[in-house]
Amino acid sequence: MRVNGVVESLDIEPWVSLLDALRDHLGLTGPKKGCDQGACGACTVLADGVRINACLALAMQYADKEITTIEGIAKDGEGRHPLQEAFVRHDGLQCGYCTSGQICSAIAMLDEHAAGMPSVLTPSVQPASAVLSDDEIRERMSGNLCRCGAYNGILDAIRDVAGRETVS
Amino acid sequence: MKPFSYVKPLDLAEAVAAIGPGAKFLGGGTNLVDLMREGIELPETVVDVTGLPLDEVDELPGGGLRIGALVRNSALAADRRVRAAYPVLSQAVLAGASPQLRNMATVGGNLLQRTRCRYFYDQAYACNKREPGTGCDALDGFTRGHAVLGVSGSCIAAHPSDMCVALAALDATVEVQSVRGTRRIPMSDVHLPPGDTPHVETALAEDELVTAVELPPAPVAAGSRYRKVRDRASYAFALVSVAAALEVRDGTVTAVRLALGGVGTTPWRAREAERLLEGGPATEEAFGRAADAELAAAITRQGNAFKVPLARATIVATLKELAG
Repeated sequence: MRVNGVVESLDIEPWVSLLDALRDHLGLTGPKKGCDQGACGACTVLADGVRINACLALAMQYADKEITTIEGIAKDGEGRHPLQEAFVRHDGLQCGYCTSGQICSAIAMLDEHAAGMPSVLTPSVQPASAVLSDDEIRERMSGNLCRCGAYNGILDAIRDVAGRETVS
Repeated sequence: MKPFSYVKPLDLAEAVAAIGPGAKFLGGGTNLVDLMREGIELPETVVDVTGLPLDEVDELPGGGLRIGALVRNSALAADRRVRAAYPVLSQAVLAGASPQLRNMATVGGNLLQRTRCRYFYDQAYACNKREPGTGCDALDGFTRGHAVLGVSGSCIAAHPSDMCVALAALDATVEVQSVRGTRRIPMSDVHLPPGDTPHVETALAEDELVTAVELPPAPVAAGSRYRKVRDRASYAFALVSVAAALEVRDGTVTAVRLALGGVGTTPWRAREAERLLEGGPATEEAFGRAADAELAAAITRQGNAFKVPLARATIVATLKELAG
């Protein structure tokens, strides 16, 4: 498995989840174990750039994938990703437990939108330059819960990075 | 999680040969892995089918679409042909789960997902579905999420899928394969009402693998709609949902499809309502009468009686919207 650009060899049982493989076997504790049942999104990582819940993934199923965790999102491993900067700037967190999942999820969400992937709010005939409205951001981020309720800051941070003016 | 052996066949023949007593097919894992962690599913062997070449959506020669069983829910919902010809299916899939789960979940797995009844999940409670013959603690329990149609004295668990409600409305056919060959099952025969055997949930044999879902041509579906009512705006199971398609000419209903989610023990095709609507006036009164006729068979508990008026209102609102 490639994790954050590094080829890792793991000797694990087939029932080990991707989340446990990352946290316990590779020491990558950025992805968090919130509910361990696919309900909170704190474990969100990217598999070949696609966001998934690592808690419901068996590591074996992802043996040939490139996994990216919060530890690997900064360009060339240096500094911070623009979304990390924006979360700091806009107070997109309180306790921080959901934050790595929120940021990984947001990275993939912006890629999905750019690729024309619809949400349930997207009209069937989507204009090419569809704006990512606040409602669209909320809907597309609904797989990541924040028990502190930092949603407004999270929304501000994502909107900021999406490169869009604030709309009323 | 209880230990199991894991195999990942790369062709279909190898996959159906690998299944046997105590073995389970694994797709995206969003339901099975959870159930295994909870100790409800205890397979000795897991046959991971995600390496099989069943992840394409193809156009059928006579019209319609063939959707491979391993097409991810997110890819199905984004498919331009699905969005144009069967918008109800795209909307239903996008109304379910979260983006992360839709990226993982497969069409075949969604078809076979098990109920989210808390009494089924929690081994402290009696459940005829989990352990046949032990009783059902849901009957006198907290029933806000439970079914009112197709229920029995043994089980009132609601079918959780949004996708299946749309497939029911679209008259889909499910193709399954085993070492004995291939067979095709109409969507309306795939899921079984609980009766006295709520642990028997589908018409599939233990060794049959879903390979594809086929959608026949359905011009009426071009204007179809999925409407879902739930306790929060996103990422929640349906209290009530409606998959509907409607064609009206000169004020008369010339074609209609109607299926309900959240209220049935199976994805609920509302055939009685369709029968009453077809050829009748496209009015709010007629829509209400059809909804009442369909819901007349409802058997409610204290905690889910609200679903009957809620379903009626949602049916009427959806049909009115489609009638324009």
